[in-house]
Amino acid sequence: MVDVLVIGGGNAALCAALMAREAGASVLLLEAAPREWRGGNSQHTRNLRCMHDAPQDVLVDAYPEEEYWQDLLKVTGGITNEHLARLAIRASSSCRPWMQKHGVRFQPPLSGALHVARTNAFFMGGGKALVNAYYRSAEALGVQVRYETPVDTIELDGGRFVAARSGNQRFEARACVLAAGGFESNREWLREAWGQNERGEWPADNFLIRGTRFNMGVLLKYMIEAGADAIGDPAQSHCVAIDARAPLYDGGICTRIDCVSLGVVVNRDAERFYDEGEDFWPKRYAIWGRLVAQQAGQIGYSIIDSKAIGRFMPPVFPGEKAGTLEELARKLGLPEARFVETLERYNAACRVGTFDHTALDDCHTEGLAPPKTHWARPIDTPPFYGYALRPGITFTYLGLKTNDRSQVYFNGEPSDNLFVAGEMMAGNVLGKGYTAGVGMSIGTAFGRIAGSEAARAAVQTTGAYSAAI
Amino acid sequence: MPQFRQQGLTVQQSDGLAPGRKHAATFESEKNAHATQRGTARVIPIVPMTENETEVARQMQICNACRYCEGFCAVFPAMTRRLEFGKADVNYLANLCHNCGACYHACQYAPPHEFAVNVPKAMAKVRLETYTEYAWPAAFGALYKRNGVTLSVALAGGLALFLLLGTAMDGGLAASVAPASLYAIFPHDLLAAIFGLVFLFAIVALGVGVTRFWRDVAANTASVSAPALAEATTNALTLKYLDGGHGDGCNEADDGFTLARRRFHHLTFYGFLLCFAATVVATLYHYVLGQPAPYPLLSAPVLLGTAGGIGLVVGPAGLLWLNLRRHPEQGDARQRPMDRGFIALLLLTSVSGLALLGLRDTAAMPWLLAVHLGIVIALFATLPYGKFAHGVFRSAALLKSSIEKRQRNTLSLGSD
Repeated sequence: MVDVLVIGGGNAALCAALMAREAGASVLLLEAAPREWRGGNSQHTRNLRCMHDAPQDVLVDAYPEEEYWQDLLKVTGGITNEHLARLAIRASSSCRPWMQKHGVRFQPPLSGALHVARTNAFFMGGGKALVNAYYRSAEALGVQVRYETPVDTIELDGGRFVAARSGNQRFEARACVLAAGGFESNREWLREAWGQNERGEWPADNFLIRGTRFNMGVLLKYMIEAGADAIGDPAQSHCVAIDARAPLYDGGICTRIDCVSLGVVVNRDAERFYDEGEDFWPKRYAIWGRLVAQQAGQIGYSIIDSKAIGRFMPPVFPGEKAGTLEELARKLGLPEARFVETLERYNAACRVGTFDHTALDDCHTEGLAPPKTHWARPIDTPPFYGYALRPGITFTYLGLKTNDRSQVYFNGEPSDNLFVAGEMMAGNVLGKGYTAGVGMSIGTAFGRIAGSEAARAAVQTTGAYSAAI
Repeated sequence: MPQFRQQGLTVQQSDGLAPGRKHAATFESEKNAHATQRGTARVIPIVPMTENETEVARQMQICNACRYCEGFCAVFPAMTRRLEFGKADVNYLANLCHNCGACYHACQYAPPHEFAVNVPKAMAKVRLETYTEYAWPAAFGALYKRNGVTLSVALAGGLALFLLLGTAMDGGLAASVAPASLYAIFPHDLLAAIFGLVFLFAIVALGVGVTRFWRDVAANTASVSAPALAEATTNALTLKYLDGGHGDGCNEADDGFTLARRRFHHLTFYGFLLCFAATVVATLYHYVLGQPAPYPLLSAPVLLGTAGGIGLVVGPAGLLWLNLRRHPEQGDARQRPMDRGFIALLLLTSVSGLALLGLRDTAAMPWLLAVHLGIVIALFATLPYGKFAHGVFRSAALLKSSIEKRQRNTLSLGSD
């Protein structure tokens, strides 16, 4: 029997496995995915939001605890746990040397991501390079890793972990860390969570999954049904607007469309539906997934003209391109007359002052509903471009309630030897919203805590066992 | 522009925002159809892109929307200065790539992902086309495609030349010659003439090729500043971009990093330079000081040659070992025979040279001398048509990179 069983294969699971092994425990890690898809959503991440009081290698200026906390408070609208949030924030200020020891390397902020240069430390090569480094270190330290082993059942004795099952394989351990992700890849569950809208549509049928195809939520569902205390809105997921042509799974970062604030967005009926210039794009991209999900057919179309070219991150797929608005409407399959009318009405309403995409400028519309409050310039310079948008699900908020020792709760009682980390408990800290790099901060902090606690619980079990004989 | 390959022609993707891509699988055909349509509507000549170049352009469009690999090397920062990837961009970036492998192992879009991004492999395929297309004389470009045959024929020819020459000469290989009396077998002036001509040819051939390459890729970066030149020289001589950006090195068999390739390459390159220096010094001894070979063990030519020879044994042996265990998807596996052929020739040069030094006072000397000279002439003759070309084109790409990064970036992406 191993001391610590880690279920999951992403950042939090690896942090737990490494910490438990470093504490002297024998560790077995079960990853649902095959080796080439290992790492869950962590393989698509790119940085860690880091508290720091002074400049550090790749981080400029300072990002003190209080500012980090206020940012988290703002994005979650207060749906957070201050004690656990501050724990994750403080851990982010001191975890990087440990990460580096296990082979993770950092790089200066990427071009086009300067807005997070102060707050976020970027992984060199991105999340997959981080995951690779952790697996290399884990294997070198003697952590056993099994791929293609999705756990479906946990044997419990009251609130104590006994064993995990994957099909007919059974894995006993003295302690266990659950870090197997959310349920965003489970389309049935998403369909159920989003339900049917007033048009009779099942919106989730048109969603794309930005991350791994392996987060089916099997373990999460099992634990909740087995009586573990849950946290987070089961119907909510983090949702952004991405290119409609993105693959169904694992589209990752490159499928984003960053030109919304430079033009207008229309729905299937060629009508605008929201202020595209409300705020800077990095502060608004997360609401556009939901906005598009609310439109008929769950689709939107970002329309720009040639003035916008070179001002936004190049999209992965070329946009539809046309010399006239009529032609663009035809290419996008939008009602031509309505589309031209919408654009002409918008163009006529533009009050162009001094265009400045780096500030909340004075270019706006007048007498238009909904208005465009910044960066409003007529779409009049061919060629015109159009990108179809779909909601892209990043992660789900439903998780297991936990505490500052990462313990799983059953009816308000913490378990002695069952712990939880990563997306399976992120909802404790991030009950709503998102801010770049915070998922990795939570995963790293609670993954490390869960690993240490599980090792300690395993040793205590061994001690109790020795004492009994 | 030199003649580009005419088979499998596609058309330059002149606009990165061209519509068309529905799915990765249909990307190329639709894009090409569109580009053709555009091309006929404009008066500028259509620059043909090969399939391999189109593949690099496709992958760069994906990488440019991701950028996670920016810190590894110079390729990705250069990529972010562009929105579209035409023929010149692709050939420049391909030759800037050192095949370190870091981006392949770190790639969230690498196979089995449907985007099938494998930058080191795609770049390697284009590099072979660069070498072929810019070879001088143009007809010799085909030698890259059958490099194993090229090197074998050159080696056989070189050996035959010196063995026959040796037999035909006064004293001959069969006759007994005074120990260490090299020029009793091959007169010095004859050797100097043969090697001088072949070496000169190699320099001219590579020079013409890289000049044409520079003319095609260096638009807007043609004027060289001293700091840019100094930086590019340092990057080339230190193999900066085999350090992985973090100093841990590059990838070989798996996703772990190692400095082994950088170190073995240093031993190879500087070993080669030391051997070359030994030859230059010996030539000075001969003509300026009037001291013909052989030289004593503690003389400059022998010390330089021995040190270089040892580097040229250990370095290529290490590179061969790494090449044999490299991850099959890292780089273009079909080019490995070319890599190994060049490595083998370097190894044969150093081993035969050291053997000659060790046995120069024995009866084996005349044969060893002929064999060594045959190998060296084969090495020199094939320099412009084999793996050696990578150093020349890579240096040019590094220079362009150092010039370009000092220029203002005209794009203002995501500046908010």
